[in-house]
Amino acid sequence: MSGSLSRAAATLLRWGRGAGGGGLRGPGRAAGSGGGGGGSAEQLDALVKKDKVVVFLKGTPEQPQCGFSNAVVQILRLHGVRDYAAYNVLDDPQLRQGIKDYSNWPTIPQVYLNGEFVGGCDILLQMHQNGDLVEELKKLGIRSALLDEKKDQDSK
Amino acid sequence: MLSGQLVGRLFSMAGRVCLSRSSAGLGTIGPVEAAIRTKLEQALNPEVLELRNESGGHAVPPGSETHFRVAVVSSRFEGLSPLQRHRLVHAALSEELAGPVHALAIQARTPAQWQENPQLDISPPCLGGSKKTRGTP
Repeated sequence: MSGSLSRAAATLLRWGRGAGGGGLRGPGRAAGSGGGGGGSAEQLDALVKKDKVVVFLKGTPEQPQCGFSNAVVQILRLHGVRDYAAYNVLDDPQLRQGIKDYSNWPTIPQVYLNGEFVGGCDILLQMHQNGDLVEELKKLGIRSALLDEKKDQDSK
Repeated sequence: MLSGQLVGRLFSMAGRVCLSRSSAGLGTIGPVEAAIRTKLEQALNPEVLELRNESGGHAVPPGSETHFRVAVVSSRFEGLSPLQRHRLVHAALSEELAGPVHALAIQARTPAQWQENPQLDISPPCLGGSKKTRGTP
């Protein structure tokens, strides 16, 4: 294992435990679900359209409770997406079932971009790897941090 | 993309740590696994179908059939988006997904795509109740 890879692994592990130090305003906004116990299609429709990037997780961005949910958080972080709404389905059984029905998708995590269902962890990872995620974020007016990283590398 | 490879490698590293505990359960095929295989074969006529029970990496009793990863290689996926491909797999397994199966990681590829990288990936480690046991040999 190369040194840089293990350093990166350590970084990812640290991310997994929450934003180094501060924590209070970590990545994403733990939007919660307290306001009204959302489970109906109308409520979910409003929820997924309220923010450009919306994710439904097991756990929070600071403390994901599932490896697949964590992967979604880490991918968004890699792209520098900080302003996204995250809903913890473990807090709300109605939301947990409701979003599965609404998306017609049987598993969590689920990712919405601009109100449109994108998929789960597998698809987001695929989009990350093939560059589609950079393009999709661009359409939302979000510049992926990976573009800047690449520029840095090119200029060296 | 560099970071893509990095994430991929991290996934597989972490997965190996997590899955190393599950080896006791490997080798036996349970009824859910058998049903998944049969239904995907019937629905998608795959050229390649690789299925792994990853339940051992999670906080479930030994021998559980709750977490799976599948690679389905089928010409039926030609021209379909990832979302459409996943939905076909979900549709074939609707009964299992509504019942015993909590997690299903899907690699849905066309035969040409599979040839580029013919391997069943490894899932990221569980972060749930098995946290305490993670990392122990």
